[in-house]
Amino acid sequence: MNKRVGLEASHAVAEAVRMADVDLIAAYPITPQTHIPERLAEIVANGELDAAYIPVESEHSAMSACLGSAAVGARTFTTTAGQGLELMHEVVYVASSMRYPIVMVVCNRALSAPLSVWGDHSDVMAVRDVGWIQVFCENNQEAFDLTLWAFRVAEDPRVLFPVMVHIDGFTLSHVTEPLWLPEQEEVDKFLPEFKYPFALDTDKPMTHGAFGIPDIYSEAKKAQEVAFLNSKEIIRQSWREFADVFGRSYAPVESYKADGAKTLLLTMGSFSETAKIVIDEMQAKGESVGLVRLRLWRPFPYEELRQAVKGAETLVVFDRAVSSGMGGPVCSEVKAALFSEAVKPKVAGVVGGLGGRDMSVKDFERVINRGKEIAKSGSGEIIETVGIRG
Amino acid sequence: MSRMLEVRWHGRGGSGAVTSAEVAALAAISEGKYAQSFPSFGPERRGAPVVAFLRISDEFIRIRTNIYEPDIVVVLDPSLLNVVDITVGLKENGKIIINTGKSPAEVKAEFGYKWPVITVDATKIARETIKLPITNTAMLGAFIKVTEAVGKDALIEQLRERFGKRAEGNIMAMTRAYDESVL
Repeated sequence: MNKRVGLEASHAVAEAVRMADVDLIAAYPITPQTHIPERLAEIVANGELDAAYIPVESEHSAMSACLGSAAVGARTFTTTAGQGLELMHEVVYVASSMRYPIVMVVCNRALSAPLSVWGDHSDVMAVRDVGWIQVFCENNQEAFDLTLWAFRVAEDPRVLFPVMVHIDGFTLSHVTEPLWLPEQEEVDKFLPEFKYPFALDTDKPMTHGAFGIPDIYSEAKKAQEVAFLNSKEIIRQSWREFADVFGRSYAPVESYKADGAKTLLLTMGSFSETAKIVIDEMQAKGESVGLVRLRLWRPFPYEELRQAVKGAETLVVFDRAVSSGMGGPVCSEVKAALFSEAVKPKVAGVVGGLGGRDMSVKDFERVINRGKEIAKSGSGEIIETVGIRG
Repeated sequence: MSRMLEVRWHGRGGSGAVTSAEVAALAAISEGKYAQSFPSFGPERRGAPVVAFLRISDEFIRIRTNIYEPDIVVVLDPSLLNVVDITVGLKENGKIIINTGKSPAEVKAEFGYKWPVITVDATKIARETIKLPITNTAMLGAFIKVTEAVGKDALIEQLRERFGKRAEGNIMAMTRAYDESVL
């Protein structure tokens, strides 16, 4: 019997990690992620989870410890946010290139300066190209589900890539709301024991992370890229299996009342839930609008995105980060994805919700209307930021 | 309850406003309702004015913004009335629940509030029950008396879970405030 409980999203993540029966957690606390390592440390100390908990001295060390753990075939978890993700940056690349299936939950936070502990997607965009599978959550149920799912897809012998699960700092990490927790048997059915095919073993010595001389580096990168793109099919498959076991389904791109809509708004993360309300309200007023959300950020879901926006006249992309001198990073990727299409919507980018700035239902209505104007004027390159004062 | 109830809790860092909102949310969830609680997001500083938010509804709650137009405002510390405008955005038919030894008429006269004011001396109750001037659990009693948003039994159950060995004092604080709230 599934159990309906009230949990903070951070604690829902910790519960997923406990039920996944991880072997090692190495993490450094940082706002707004703090409640996750706090709760995990408690769970391990209480004996509720038989795992090693390494209270490392920095995020760089956290990811380094995770590499060693995954290398011997241990189920491995870490979590961070904002500046912490930046500090571990170089090691984050190593995890994916060495095909270590580590799971990391990132409580998305703005980057300094000015110093901000609050949420946006600046930290995500700085790790766009690191070769991790990356997904976004919109509510506490998804934070639980996708953390659990991440182990399954990461450890699939056909995948063997690390997975980053993004939950918005504060607007998700610190929110308590109801969710359904599965039975341990269901989790065990979905998530088999981790058997890493290349685990370090003193009886059968092998080298991990050797030098890649010019003769071999390109081949190694090509092999990595092919394997990463191939993971897309396993991601889709594992979500279908997730639905079979738990009854909740996920897809690389998800739409809300988007069928036949002339104008589509595209969002990622928890703000999408507020955006659904504005779609309801604008449709009630007779406007032809719908919502498209990117669930899977890497590998980028080109095909699904093209399908999802087919037939729309205007696509307004909402970004919670700025790529300096370039505009909204999601917007530029969406444009690239649609470039080769003969018939495509006009794309307009609007930036907002930076550094914890709240986005109300009315703000999203402004985003849609302003996006329509930008698209109509044909100057889709204009970079707009919603809600800027004076 | 066919519509969503939105509540803003005013406290000071460390006074338990966040816990109030969360315990009320958990009680509502245990009754099968939907609820959402969250702190005002920021670096926590003991003693500084803080707010916490609570939504309760019969339906799934999608909105993920701060609460700008609350139905109910709960004030855990009367000294805040001179520091922040606790009525910002309060709906026309909203209500204010305040921890104070004063009567509703006195508070309304002093601050000119046009909304109904409910008062309870939660500091006194807290000192007598939990032996500490922490008023969050007492104010939960006043909150459910005024709103009937969650049942007393569900709340008692959650207080038991949250406070363990210290639960009895907090339950007493809550039930006394429930009985002693004055409209």
